Amino acid sequence: MTDRAIAKDPDVAADWDCPDQLKPSLVNQVISYGDDALVLGHRLSEWCGHGPLLEEDIALANIALDLIGRASAALSVAGDLEGAGRSADDLAYFREAVDFRNAALVEFPRGDFAYTIARQFFFDVFALDLNDWLASNPGPLRGIAGKAVKETSYHLRHTSEWMKRLGDGTEESHDRVQSAVNELWMYTGELFEADANGTALTEAGLLPDRHDLKAQWDDRVGAVLAEAGITTPETDYHFSGARSGRHTEHLGHMLSEMQILARSHPGAEW
Amino acid sequence: MKAESETAELERFEARIDRGERIEPKDWMPDRYRRQLVRMMSQHAHSEIVGMLPEGNWITRAPNLRRKMALLAKVQDEAGHGLYLYSATETLGVAREELVDQLHAGTAKYSSIFNYPTLTWADIGVIGWFVDGAAIVNQTMLAKSSFGPYARANVRICKEENFHKKQGFEIVATLASGTDAQRAMVQDAVDRWWWPSLMMFGPHDDDSPNSQVLLRWGVKRKSNDTLRQHFVNITVPQARAVDLELPDPDLEYDEESGDWTFGEIDWDEFYRVIGGDGPCNRERLNARREAHAEGQWVRDAATAYAKKHASRQ
Amino acid sequence: MTDASELYEVFLQLKQGGPHEHAGNVHAPDAEMALQNARDVYARRFRPLSIWVVRSDHITSSSPSDDGPFFDPGDDKPYRHPSFYTTPRGVRDV
Repeated sequence: MTDRAIAKDPDVAADWDCPDQLKPSLVNQVISYGDDALVLGHRLSEWCGHGPLLEEDIALANIALDLIGRASAALSVAGDLEGAGRSADDLAYFREAVDFRNAALVEFPRGDFAYTIARQFFFDVFALDLNDWLASNPGPLRGIAGKAVKETSYHLRHTSEWMKRLGDGTEESHDRVQSAVNELWMYTGELFEADANGTALTEAGLLPDRHDLKAQWDDRVGAVLAEAGITTPETDYHFSGARSGRHTEHLGHMLSEMQILARSHPGAEW
Repeated sequence: MKAESETAELERFEARIDRGERIEPKDWMPDRYRRQLVRMMSQHAHSEIVGMLPEGNWITRAPNLRRKMALLAKVQDEAGHGLYLYSATETLGVAREELVDQLHAGTAKYSSIFNYPTLTWADIGVIGWFVDGAAIVNQTMLAKSSFGPYARANVRICKEENFHKKQGFEIVATLASGTDAQRAMVQDAVDRWWWPSLMMFGPHDDDSPNSQVLLRWGVKRKSNDTLRQHFVNITVPQARAVDLELPDPDLEYDEESGDWTFGEIDWDEFYRVIGGDGPCNRERLNARREAHAEGQWVRDAATAYAKKHASRQ
Repeated sequence: MTDASELYEVFLQLKQGGPHEHAGNVHAPDAEMALQNARDVYARRFRPLSIWVVRSDHITSSSPSDDGPFFDPGDDKPYRHPSFYTTPRGVRDV
């Protein structure tokens, strides 16, 4: 069943409900979910042809494909919910950086392999628990989340294994992955942010409790980092703002490249 | 005595080839057969890997999500095909590492087509149509190669390659029936990629030093010119169907043979590009060398970890 | 300079109750990564029921020259085949 069909199916539609005043926030949440996947998938795809091993070119491309597919489905649902006639491609290719709702974590350039793995690992843990919840509760992302749980389990297996191999490999690999973790740490808190209506959406049963999600994340991440011999920085500061459109400078450059062709030929079919 | 038994072995070997049998890695084979296969299979593998670069160039700029995913999946497949082919080559006792070193040192060849730049999105469509189209013609033939692992790798590749060509042609057809700018874009791409695609089939067989022995021993089953003609025959009607012109004023249909006869290839360009002076040769090799060099610490880490954990068990 | 990865042979089980069939090989630093690589390289378009990876140097194989003495007993002892025996009429399920 397509997402469109699911959304219109009376049995499924009755499955979840959203008070009118919260609808814009819900749309925002779905866009956020899609943007995380799109931006991260795009960054990962930059590795294709440049990976440290051929097998890794294939593995990273696999994760990128899953993420971009997920983004396409989610942005499609967002467009339908919004009801302004925007398709997934419209949302992906014709919005400015300030209208994107991804966390800053996913927009940084790919860096070295350790940076890519650490960033992906942090995201995978978040995505696994988030999708697990979404797949078990009524809501517009339920179908997509069901598929995402299976995909993310596999992604997380891959990135966890690499965190261990890099952390407990050579001195150089350890230094690189520790460096990456130190740099990325302050961007991890933002993964769990919702907009101003986040609490209301949670109370309406449409979003998981963010504190629970964060606590699960802390446990899982802590276990792997301990096994890999990696420490985390002593800081309480967490970057915020990207989920309301205040991104880093990197997103603008990324979107310039991603959107150039579509924007150069408005209205054209590809 | 030795010479006699080698002649006998060779006779037995050639009889097997004539019976259509598959030669497996541990079977007796002439040295030249083994060497030619290592050369051919590794070149084929290198081509798949280097081929990821011109197309990979457009993944971040694909104009919609569906095209983005299809292109990423295609390039991923190419990495996979390279792996199948390195695997097949390794059955003959050469390590992948050694083959990759040869590529990076510039002593191994790969298909000349990948030394051309992808200048527009239309190039991506035309590559799928022409380059994958030509590769399919070649690989369909190689799926019947006398060397078992090579034949099997090509069977696997053929199954996956069909979507590559379809995707390419769909892009071409969409552009050809699109805006004026899109039409111009795809016609320009066709003008640039047609002749290099014909060169993919290699020199005329008379000018190809290894053709005879490769045919005799069933490594390949058809001549370069036969395959090239077949490719032209299937492609001309496709171009006509989408109203695109092929840049060859000598293209003419021959009623008797049923072939589309075509003009002479610029062999100077072919040898120049193969010899290292094509538009992108240096860039392609540098990209591969860099990826390999930058990845050394990763591979070292994986090995170190494996050693530590093996000894703990 | 060393690539220093091991070679693993990959076997896939495609059908319920079916045998594992050889699909090719992958390079990997260890068995866990070999399993993941095998899935990414050989099972992109379908889900096999099961994947086995075995280090290539752990496989012992026959060689073509074994054809005579190694395999001979295989087909010249007819008493291993059920058709060698007769069953009295009327007796079923033997």
